[in-house]
Amino acid sequence: MSLKIKKGIPLIDQHDKNGMWGGKFGGSFVPETLKKPIEDLEKLFSKLRKDKSFIKERDYYFKNYVGSPTPLIPLNQITDHLGGAQIWAKVVSENPGTAHKIYNAIVHCLIAKRAGKKFVCGDTGAGMAGKTLAMVAKKFGLKCKIFMGVKDIKRQKPNVDAMKKFGAEVVPVTSGSQTLIDAVSECMRYWVSNCLKSHLVVGSTVGPNIFVKICGYSTSQISRELIVQIKDEFGKIPRRLKLLNVCGGGSSSYGFWSSFMDYDKRQVEFVGIEAGGPKKSKLHAAPLTNNSKIGILHGAAQYVIQDKDGQIGLTDSISAGLDYSGISPLHCFLKDTKRARYTSATDEEALSAYKLVSSMENISPSLEPAHAFAEAIKIAPKLSKDTVIIVNSCGDSYKDRDIIKKRLGSYIR
Amino acid sequence: MKSEIQLAFEKCRKENRPALISYTVSSDPNKEKSLKILKSISPHIDLAEIGFPFSTPIGDGSDIQTSSYRAIKNGFKMRDIFQLIKEYKKTNFSKPIILMGYYNMIFNYGENKFLKDCKKAGVSGIICVDLPWPENKNFAKKCKKESINFIQLLAPTTTKDRMKKIIRDSHDMVYYISMLSTTGGKLKVSPRRILENYKKIKRINSRKNVVIGFGITDKTIKPLKSADGLVCGSFLCKTITKSLKMRQNPVTKLDKVCYNLKNKIL
Repeated sequence: MSLKIKKGIPLIDQHDKNGMWGGKFGGSFVPETLKKPIEDLEKLFSKLRKDKSFIKERDYYFKNYVGSPTPLIPLNQITDHLGGAQIWAKVVSENPGTAHKIYNAIVHCLIAKRAGKKFVCGDTGAGMAGKTLAMVAKKFGLKCKIFMGVKDIKRQKPNVDAMKKFGAEVVPVTSGSQTLIDAVSECMRYWVSNCLKSHLVVGSTVGPNIFVKICGYSTSQISRELIVQIKDEFGKIPRRLKLLNVCGGGSSSYGFWSSFMDYDKRQVEFVGIEAGGPKKSKLHAAPLTNNSKIGILHGAAQYVIQDKDGQIGLTDSISAGLDYSGISPLHCFLKDTKRARYTSATDEEALSAYKLVSSMENISPSLEPAHAFAEAIKIAPKLSKDTVIIVNSCGDSYKDRDIIKKRLGSYIR
Repeated sequence: MKSEIQLAFEKCRKENRPALISYTVSSDPNKEKSLKILKSISPHIDLAEIGFPFSTPIGDGSDIQTSSYRAIKNGFKMRDIFQLIKEYKKTNFSKPIILMGYYNMIFNYGENKFLKDCKKAGVSGIICVDLPWPENKNFAKKCKKESINFIQLLAPTTTKDRMKKIIRDSHDMVYYISMLSTTGGKLKVSPRRILENYKKIKRINSRKNVVIGFGITDKTIKPLKSADGLVCGSFLCKTITKSLKMRQNPVTKLDKVCYNLKNKIL
């Protein structure tokens, strides 16, 4: 299979019959028990995507519940301060749940309803996916279980409180590194045992093929809005446009880019920013930037941090939402086709980007998108004034206030 | 020529009992002890499954996870498992070996090199938890070429139509997962129901040796003894964990436990 992106077809559908992108990323490497539930879900999803009433319902909730579109705003102070390219932000954190996670949660809950399931279970790292799923499940009358690493429960307490408030059961995961990777594993294990009555919500564009597709399908709403907003604002797509997005699992960045896929990369460049980890540490969560090998993690082939023998490696990042050894197969494909460029920002760079943006502008990004702002701050001064940089501000800093206070001395909103 | 696995089942059938299949993790609790454990349980078992531990085992419950993490922490490397088997195969009462694990380890090792080393060490079969049919077609063919059994898994969720296709591509042995669970769960389905599903598989092809696994302990094994084989894994791993905790010797402990299991199905 050639490593080329086809035009006019959503990237999520450009996989082969084995569910693989470019013949080597993705697939469905799952225990036999999950084969049938996954096949059922694949059939249901492909039917629903063509079902006008389903799309109408989705759009209804996106408009009236999420309140789409999220704002696209110029960051004039920072642009003036840095000189060079114009910096804008798509403030996806304005969403209920203060992140992009609500699109995936809504679509999954709608599917669960149609499948006649009364339970949903999901994983979470930073707690954004968990909090949002808990909120949406409550709205749709579904019972909800969220799997979260013990380390993350400690460092993202505001989100844990929110999940509980929405009536979800938060299951602490004590195995392995006690972060997102183990939360995803434990959630999958739970689904193996409960696949008949509960619906699995994978929180990002990772996991077996169908979950990558559903999540990508859902977050694409971001770029559907953005392309209209850009045309309104600039009259057309600017000649030099850079879309900067943080990459953990890769759901927000895929959603932020998907409508621009067919543009020439010299006009619309995609830059994915991974978590570089602490400045002085060898650990990171940036498999694309650091050329990790291909491996199979959580049901999909992908570039993944691992040792020589194939044991999945430990990660470290100040952002719980980025602390993941793997990366979406979609991004592996975008890397290999060279459609997107990937780089990383360290914990320290993210913190100072957070500080600069929060103190100069009217937004306060969480430490996840702060990684993307760090790259914007780095490149903007070197770029021409007619270059437009848009950063997806896909999370709000409130959940990080304890970490920020500890690291910077004070929390700015 | 009949495979070692086939011969093991035929021997049990002659003795009118199911094959007892153990599962232990390579290098658990350490390299030396895992070999000693294998040697000590060998007289009681008919086939030995050996797990190559993986850091992210999505199909395993807490007992096998604990064993796997312990082995990795103790420095397990893939070459250790081949060393273990070579050593084990030198003993004259050794049983056929089935390797079990997750695909990333095989993928990383390289499918061909993995099979070559399996063959050299004397491995008879391979179970790959997260390489289901039809994704495993290619690898299963490669195994067959090397005269190594690729053991297909069937689950309670597997449809009849799918079962037929999987069995058609299977070799001498098929593994039926007793219930919807990761390994080591409490057996939440009645033995009667499990055996009904087991018979369904046998009706599709009676010549295949069908074994039942997941949730098999000294308490649950007896009513299932009409099967061709029974796999006991988490129960053994749990016994290792327990005896380490109580500062007992896991080698003698496992010897006893397997002796007991065998007696229950005679």
